[in-house]
Amino acid sequence: MAYSEKVIDHYTHPRNVGTLDKSSSKVGTGLVGAPECGDVMRLQIEVDDKHMITDAKFKTFGCGSAIASSSLATEWLKGKSIDDAMKIDNMDIVEELALPPVKIHCSVLAEDAIKAAINDYRVKNGMEALESAKSHH
Amino acid sequence: MNLPIYLDNNATTPMDPRVLEAMLPYFNAKFGNAASRNHAFGWAAEEGVDYAREQVAKLIGANEKEIIFTSGATESDNLAIKGVFEMYKEKGNHIITCVTEHKAVLDACKHIEKLGGSVTYLPVKSDGLIDLAELEAAMTEKTILVSIMHANNEIGVIQPIKEISAIAHKYGALYMSDSTQTVGKIPVDVNADGIDLMAFTAHKMYGPKGVGALYVRRKNPRVKVTAQMDGGGHERGMRSGTLNVPGIVGLGKACELCRLEMGEDAKRLSKLRDKLQVSLTELEESYVNGNVEHRLPHVANISFKYVEGEGLMMAMKDLAVSSGSACTSASLEPSYVLKSLGLSDDLAHSSIRFGLGRFTTEEEVDFAIKQTKHAVNHLRDLSPLWEMFKEGIDLDKIEWAEH
Repeated sequence: MAYSEKVIDHYTHPRNVGTLDKSSSKVGTGLVGAPECGDVMRLQIEVDDKHMITDAKFKTFGCGSAIASSSLATEWLKGKSIDDAMKIDNMDIVEELALPPVKIHCSVLAEDAIKAAINDYRVKNGMEALESAKSHH
Repeated sequence: MNLPIYLDNNATTPMDPRVLEAMLPYFNAKFGNAASRNHAFGWAAEEGVDYAREQVAKLIGANEKEIIFTSGATESDNLAIKGVFEMYKEKGNHIITCVTEHKAVLDACKHIEKLGGSVTYLPVKSDGLIDLAELEAAMTEKTILVSIMHANNEIGVIQPIKEISAIAHKYGALYMSDSTQTVGKIPVDVNADGIDLMAFTAHKMYGPKGVGALYVRRKNPRVKVTAQMDGGGHERGMRSGTLNVPGIVGLGKACELCRLEMGEDAKRLSKLRDKLQVSLTELEESYVNGNVEHRLPHVANISFKYVEGEGLMMAMKDLAVSSGSACTSASLEPSYVLKSLGLSDDLAHSSIRFGLGRFTTEEEVDFAIKQTKHAVNHLRDLSPLWEMFKEGIDLDKIEWAEH
């Protein structure tokens, strides 16, 4: 199966690889997937007082499409408010990276990771937990 | 050195130019039907087939009359298993095989179950070998066939076929071997090894695709299989269909070259394989899958923990290898072979099979080592699991959200 140029670009030059301090109250961490399934994504956001995402980092264990999906997600998250970030849909990722049907689950995982990270931030800061982040597996 | 480098010789091998040369006249000048007994065109084709039959038989220590040409190992496996089941149904309906067999054997056995047969699927030990005591315990008076592969296609482990055939014969059953990975690579002798039926194919030994053979013993005992295709009664009535003369000539030539050269090839390739394996297992948390003592000389299956196989292969962009990861398949299930060794799913997802071949050079192996190490390190830098492992977090204690 051939990968799209955008997947190869993100895979070869992944954006925002790294780790934020998960104990900080400004940082939300989402860890989704499972090693048994062949993909695990950890996505982290740093959020300022106005609920704007100032930084995003990821690390992913998975195939090229999973790595590219999470790399793209971090690019999209930076500069967004946490409410706008909630609107990122997995199909946007599918479209941007031209993922084939068999790789759609990679984009779903990225969307899950975004929501899990936002939820972690919300809970840490006394906001109501998100329904959708609890899991839609 | 040309890129990419082909290290997937268990999937298929490039054709040896000498094989191609032998085949070419049979596409045009000697185009006849080998079954045309009454003119020179038929005779020329038949002569090519007869010579090939001798070349094939000689490689495996058989008589040429015991060679049935087919379209490949899948057909040979099907013909052997279904053909024996039909031919010997008066005697019994029980077949024994094992869980790491190729799908051509496993699915033929499932078909037998649908027809009312009974099949025992022996497990394998963590090194990939079957337990001979378990085999013996599974034998019954209804057992007509034991079908255990010679060497496994994913991990290369070699089953003790002499001991297996002896057990089968002790209980009056036939022994069939899927030897797709071994014929032409290591010595196989149907008499010394006690083989009654054996499947193999040309394209795994530097011959063309679309042609293979089934060895069917003619003496002590005389074995028969019921044909699975109706037609002109070719190949002693066991496999109808106009013979693929150029393919058969290619298989013959490939067998001859293997007979003359496999000893040297094996010696050279096992050194290169060992070099590759030693270098790659210098990486932390890398594991060789399967028994390393009873193993094909040209194969190494290695798991690199905390990186995923498909992602890894993408970083090994100049290397053609294969992975036990199933990320490419719709099922998302990793290799059933690795899982049956007791490997956890994550290790199975992290495996890469390196398959060297006649045309692999040391320069290519050195390049492969360098690129693989680089790829593993690159992906570990990206891997949250690697980071957690380095922090001393026990990944088994985390509650993962299965999806």
